[in-house]
Amino acid sequence: MKALCWQAPGKVAVADVPDPALMDGMDVIVRVTTAAICGSDLHLYSGYIPATMPGDVLGHEFMGEVVEVGDEVTRLRPGDRVVVPFPIACGACRACQRDLWSLCENSNPNAALAEKLMGHSPAGIFGYSHLLGGFQGGHAEYVRVPFADVGPLKIEDDLTDEQVLFLGDILPTGYMAAEMCGIRDGDVVAVWGAGPVGQFAIASAYLLGASMVIAVDRFPERLRLAADEWGAHPVNYAETSVLEELRELTAGRGPDHCVDAVGMEAHTDVSLLNAYDKTKHLARLETERPHALRQAILACANGGTVSVVGVYGGLSDKIPTGSLMNRSITVRTGQTHVHRYMRPLLERVRRGEIDPTVVISHRLPLTEAPRGYDLFKHKRDGCTKVVLTT
Amino acid sequence: MKDRHRAHDRLARALGWASLGLAVPLLTAPNRVARATGADDSPAAPVVIRTTGVRELGHAAALLAGPPRMVWTRVAGDVVDLAVIALALPGRDGLRRRRLAVTMAGVGAVTVLDVYAAVDARRANQFGAGRPGPLKLSASITVNRDPSEAYAIWRDFERLPSFMRHVRSVTPRGDRLWHWVVSAPIGRTVEWDAELTGDDAGRRISWRSVPGGDVDNSGTVHFAPASGERGTEVRVVLHYDVPGGMVGTALATAVGEEPEQQVRDDLRRFKQVVETGRVTRSDAMPWGADAARQALQPAAQPHPDRVDERP
Ligand SMILES: NC(=O)c1ccc[n+]([C@@H]2O[C@H](COP(=O)([O-])OP(=O)(O)OC[C@H]3O[C@@H](n4cnc5c(N)ncnc54)[C@H](O)[C@@H]3O)[C@@H](O)[C@H]2O)c1
Ligand SMILES: [Zn+2]
Ligand SMILES: [Zn+2]
Repeated sequence: MKALCWQAPGKVAVADVPDPALMDGMDVIVRVTTAAICGSDLHLYSGYIPATMPGDVLGHEFMGEVVEVGDEVTRLRPGDRVVVPFPIACGACRACQRDLWSLCENSNPNAALAEKLMGHSPAGIFGYSHLLGGFQGGHAEYVRVPFADVGPLKIEDDLTDEQVLFLGDILPTGYMAAEMCGIRDGDVVAVWGAGPVGQFAIASAYLLGASMVIAVDRFPERLRLAADEWGAHPVNYAETSVLEELRELTAGRGPDHCVDAVGMEAHTDVSLLNAYDKTKHLARLETERPHALRQAILACANGGTVSVVGVYGGLSDKIPTGSLMNRSITVRTGQTHVHRYMRPLLERVRRGEIDPTVVISHRLPLTEAPRGYDLFKHKRDGCTKVVLTT
Repeated sequence: MKDRHRAHDRLARALGWASLGLAVPLLTAPNRVARATGADDSPAAPVVIRTTGVRELGHAAALLAGPPRMVWTRVAGDVVDLAVIALALPGRDGLRRRRLAVTMAGVGAVTVLDVYAAVDARRANQFGAGRPGPLKLSASITVNRDPSEAYAIWRDFERLPSFMRHVRSVTPRGDRLWHWVVSAPIGRTVEWDAELTGDDAGRRISWRSVPGGDVDNSGTVHFAPASGERGTEVRVVLHYDVPGGMVGTALATAVGEEPEQQVRDDLRRFKQVVETGRVTRSDAMPWGADAARQALQPAAQPHPDRVDERP
């Protein structure tokens, strides 16, 4: 079959690889019909996630048709149309039972490796490095899905692929980012990153009762989408001082909640800070460029929340811990516990409360995925989200 | 065990302080150090000496803040020092050569002490209760089931190979005796008969090999309820004597079979079997959790030839 393989930092290619086969009674094989490139894939693409190997098939946001079913699977049968959540979860460990699906204790066969870097291991993730399991990803014609009775969400009505695809990743992620804020009446929320995740965080913050949501980014088309589609207040960090502007917008209080929907590859214009992070990078003392996180902490109101869904992989430096500690700030984080949100969000989509398709800018066949990665990484050609079809 | 540990700790820490003490003159008076060691004719000497000072600070930090096995960093430093001095000797004569030789002898003596401390610290990790007897190791994991369920799965000895990678088979030989066949490094297998020496349903299982087998070993696995509905804490303690003793273990470690990690991997797979009824496999780890084979894992894409591989 054809699959998109990682080759080197900045280099991916579509290659012929063997078809996946059932390896366990709880597996199914899904024929991928639609997939998407996620901001998290860009961190792999750029080479920031440790333990990525040449030949790894990427892709963790995908859906399709069940074509083969292991003999222990009871919930699915061939022909079912499913959206697959990106974290792999067993449904039986304590984390799964506590609704913390992205912390499943049994789904990462490389847990020992992850423990060395992180202390304890999170769940395995499709197509997301060997640190998180070494699972083949969904930017392929077929993919093996383990624990098939637990994760895949069956879609039984006439919603299109594009309407439900994002239930496997970025829609729940934006929602969880807002939910972690614990929004109360009158709260102001600022969201760093107006990418697809940021867009859904903004939409969700309004759904959860925020009085104003501020979008921080530098791409006019993304800020425009945030303003036009959800009614966010745009702040272009390339044109203004974000901290001062946020202070002004809240009459000195700062936003009650700050969402980091940027992650480890944040961009900055402050060349000194950039040079500092680059040097540390080269010396392998730091693996991230946490500009957005630094700013989100400093901007946040006293006693507020910093909600981090932007992905980080290793070590960060110059995090304003003094600001964090002295001002009673709550930090909440996580790879999304997708399983927790899929059904309720499917309902919201079905009721028309949120239209996930508005973030899509490009539709490409799988064979053109490398171009999709390039467009999305550099935000060329007004690219906000690339959907791949097979 | 405690006392022995403290002795290793003390020696390692003393060496840490020694590194710190040595770093001061190296960093603050490199020229004087250069004269005393007979290297003052080299323009590079102050830089080399200062660098050594920085390195000694590193040793000090590692030893004072880290575990005793950090002494190995000093051994590595000693080797570098000896090499630098050996390179410096041929080009010198007279007083300078004598001073360098004295320095070299001093570093040599320190190296012996460091190697002793390092080997000692390593042994402390391997031997139980300070006795010279069998090697000991222990590991633990929490499983999300009642002690009785976890116990029942372990007690079904014929099923042990499903999560213990090295165990090929366990077959009953009468009432309290089981025959074990276990794969050993370099493609060999070892066998023994083990006798059930304790069986406390839902709490504990103990076994011991009977004389005449290839490997002398005994073990106990404890099942205890974890606090507040957190399932069961499973603790394994093994005593064993591998053929070749320490050397055998060192060899096994060198081929990627670190015994402690093996047991931890076995426990991780045990947890998977208890909680989900299977060992989790990915495309890159078709054999399941296994640190020893981590370095060998292929790219995360389907590999038809590996699909049927079972641990
Ligand atoms: N927690 C999860 O489970 C989860 C799931 C999906 C994605 N993510 C992460 O969310 C993040 C965003 O994903 P995406 O798909 O929207 O990617 P994206 O690359 O499209 O969006 C990132 C946006 O951040 C903006 N940005 C860069 N530097 C900034 C700065 N200093 N200040 C403000 N904005 C800045 C960029 O211009 C871009 O619009 C990524 O880190 C991704 O890995 C996390
Ligand atoms: Zn993602
Ligand atoms: Zn689980």
